[in-house]
Amino acid sequence: MDGSPQGQGDSVTRTLHPGAWWLWALSLATAASRTTNPLLLGLIVAVAGYVAVRCRDTTPWASSYGVFLKFGLVVIASRVVFHVLLGGIAGPTVLFTLPRVPLPDWAQGIRIGGPISAEGLVFSLSQGLQLATLLGCVGAANALANPKRLLRSLPAALYEVSVAVVVTMTTAPQLVASAKSVRRARQLRGDSVRGWRAVRTLLVPVIEDALARSLVLAAAMDSRGYGRGAGLSRGARRLTATLVLSGLVGLCVGVYALLDGTSPAVVGLPALAAGLVLAVAGLVVGSRRVGRSRYRRDRWGVRELLVVASGLGAVAAVLLTAALGSSLLGAADLSPATVPLAVPQLPLLPSVGVLLAVLPVFIAPQRESTHA
Amino acid sequence: MIQFDDVTITYAEAAAPTLADVDLVVPEGELCLVVGRTGSGKSTLLRAVNGLVPHFTGGRLTGRVLVDGRDTRTHPPRELADVVGLVGQDPVAGFVTDSVEEELAYSMESLGLAEQVMRRRVEETLDLLGLAELRHRPLATLSGGQQQRVAIGAALTAQPRVLVLDEPTSALDPGAAEEVLAALQRLVHDLGMTILIAEHRLERVVQYADRVVRLVGADRPPLVGEPSSVLAGSPVAPPVVRLGEAAGWRPAPLSVRDARRLAGPLRERLAGLSPAPPPAAPAETLLRASDVVVRYPGTVALRGVSLSVGAGERIALMGRNGSGKSSLLWALQGTGPRHGGRVAVDGMDPADRRPAERRAAVGLVPQQPTDLLYLESVRAECAKADEEAGAVKGSCRELLDRLLPGVPDGSHPRDLSEGQRLALVLAITLTAAPRVVLLDEPTRGLDYPAKERLAESLRTLADQGRAVLLATHDVEFVAEFATRVVVLAEGEVVSDGPVAEVVTSSPVFAPQVAKVLAPQRWLTVREVSDALGEVTA
Repeated sequence: MDGSPQGQGDSVTRTLHPGAWWLWALSLATAASRTTNPLLLGLIVAVAGYVAVRCRDTTPWASSYGVFLKFGLVVIASRVVFHVLLGGIAGPTVLFTLPRVPLPDWAQGIRIGGPISAEGLVFSLSQGLQLATLLGCVGAANALANPKRLLRSLPAALYEVSVAVVVTMTTAPQLVASAKSVRRARQLRGDSVRGWRAVRTLLVPVIEDALARSLVLAAAMDSRGYGRGAGLSRGARRLTATLVLSGLVGLCVGVYALLDGTSPAVVGLPALAAGLVLAVAGLVVGSRRVGRSRYRRDRWGVRELLVVASGLGAVAAVLLTAALGSSLLGAADLSPATVPLAVPQLPLLPSVGVLLAVLPVFIAPQRESTHA
Repeated sequence: MIQFDDVTITYAEAAAPTLADVDLVVPEGELCLVVGRTGSGKSTLLRAVNGLVPHFTGGRLTGRVLVDGRDTRTHPPRELADVVGLVGQDPVAGFVTDSVEEELAYSMESLGLAEQVMRRRVEETLDLLGLAELRHRPLATLSGGQQQRVAIGAALTAQPRVLVLDEPTSALDPGAAEEVLAALQRLVHDLGMTILIAEHRLERVVQYADRVVRLVGADRPPLVGEPSSVLAGSPVAPPVVRLGEAAGWRPAPLSVRDARRLAGPLRERLAGLSPAPPPAAPAETLLRASDVVVRYPGTVALRGVSLSVGAGERIALMGRNGSGKSSLLWALQGTGPRHGGRVAVDGMDPADRRPAERRAAVGLVPQQPTDLLYLESVRAECAKADEEAGAVKGSCRELLDRLLPGVPDGSHPRDLSEGQRLALVLAITLTAAPRVVLLDEPTRGLDYPAKERLAESLRTLADQGRAVLLATHDVEFVAEFATRVVVLAEGEVVSDGPVAEVVTSSPVFAPQVAKVLAPQRWLTVREVSDALGEVTA
């Protein structure tokens, strides 16, 4: 049906491929991981937030974006509190001094209390902001594309894994609901049990309920053809597993090298590429034998590519600036000095790159309410 | 289409077989109803059709089960997915995905159908079951009837030749049940599908059945045949059949329509008589609630409900799924949230008291009675209940024996039947000696004799000066049990009055006997046969 008029008409209204949103958000997150400039980080949060609010669905999981933002604030706060308590960067501008807790000799490296400097505070604030920005990006991806839909578009070889993850994700809220109702029911028996016994009164019914539910679900899935005719030969299974596992190791090494600015770029990109190739090969080998099909498969189109490209643009601008080290492009402003304190400037090229990531607002289908 | 040859099924570690010597043939295009007491093996029979028994559950099956020529011995459930669609008791627990369309497509994806085929069949199924409006909705936001229809649709998209349903209407209000049954009717008549249904609420389905399989215990083979002949003399029979027996009609009518045609002479005989008068207004008010408001994020569950409950009253709380019945019970008990209004029991607000005092004032048996149970044996639960309530040792066990004798002391509460478990939880609740007893949907999963027992026990409680208030969808049970009916809609009380007045004025809430004998106000077979007995005596 690809390319038919109906298919094209479909592509105007359908939602974007979840993978595109996740790649876009992860690109922004990568960009954020390479800078501690609060202005640039703020810009990234603003861009991610704006796109998330404009393009998200009206589905229940879309409202979880606020939770991610709140969690980000908690991260910043705890980073600062830890800095105040345990100290860290010392600087000339001492704001106040906490009483210092004397520690024995063997704990020499650790300090509790002592002078708190403005430089240290700014440093911990921008570190916290960086983590919060990463959370904001993940939250935006979560709001824009249901992670379950993303799992659905995994290759067929990973089908079993993705079903297991989906089922687990469904079970978690059910466990919470079940625990709530049991806690409430406990009051109907007078709520007289305390201590370990109280935990038991809660756990026994909740776990029994969860077990019963999973058995029902397993029976339902079996009756509906789950696992039908999926008999891979032993050799094929081994080949798939080897390829996928070594591919994943390569991917991890590559991603780590890219995110961690201190490792040489020679390691990062090739490892990433090799990992990608191996993993894809494994999935192709594995998928060939699975007799399943997909309803309304999410497809990649021009708009998906544009969304991903806008995210990659942001990360490329940041990486390029850092690699060239050109002061004209704003390399020095990526990690503004905290000793001595300096007013951060917006780095030129990275800011332009991050602003590019707003592009999805103009190409993604809008929420219906914004039409009205 | 479905063929059982001398099938005996014994579960692992069971002393006796659950089903024995079942010989059964269900031809194509029939709607076959499986009836029997709780625990008589209805679910086992159904699950043997697609091979879940014994492939999934374990146990031993002798004999042979053939479905569309395929032997379940060599075909596990997943290999029968294109022939048998199975819809379980709790549709929500069986959902794999989270939106309507994806759920409909799931079986087809497993079968590896082409995408165009899937698109077409999803559209057809949406139309067939009237789900088109709901296609993009998350499953969690649907009502019970809609969820059940999605579950049926999800089984249908694989285009099975046989559809097997385990109590498809047990959790539904009368309106939603009608919706589901109408859809099933259409499948049998328009598509020639073979349907096998197990159901406790026979009054809802028996008129649609071509054939009834009555399981009479594992030591005897089931009775199979025409509905009216198989149900005659059965303890599990809908009120209309029992009315026919009381009136001496042969063959027994199965639907209200058939019965009304025969009922002319009976109505004449009953014309001068009237049902026992409703009990006098209660002397003492035990619970008074005014303007109770309960809100949940995004919705208002109760919008100012006022209610007073007197000693000796037996009140049924009715209304659609989601009309606020459970919220009201929990708010009255004091444990649930309440955002406005007042509740007073003995001049005190139960919500202000400690949980132990609260349950001594108002007892509540929740919809999931098992939430209250956490020990390994009935004995331990009873002992614990005595301790919690500060009652004399053995009080709970004594109450349990009065409600339902013979619940084994050493059994694990999970292994009890629905009726036994309900009796246990009710006994635990009563050990604290509350004067107001609330029950949330107690009749779910109970067969007719168990429901009669429950109605009898609750009547005794009310006669002791307690007040009993229960939420239910079961109109026949309401007719047996209640003195007063309160109907909720959208969180408001829409009618409140003596049972005969409220239920006979509404076609949805009227019990079968009332429909057959309208305009006379008879509600139960017992009332009619008592009245007839007086005449002949």
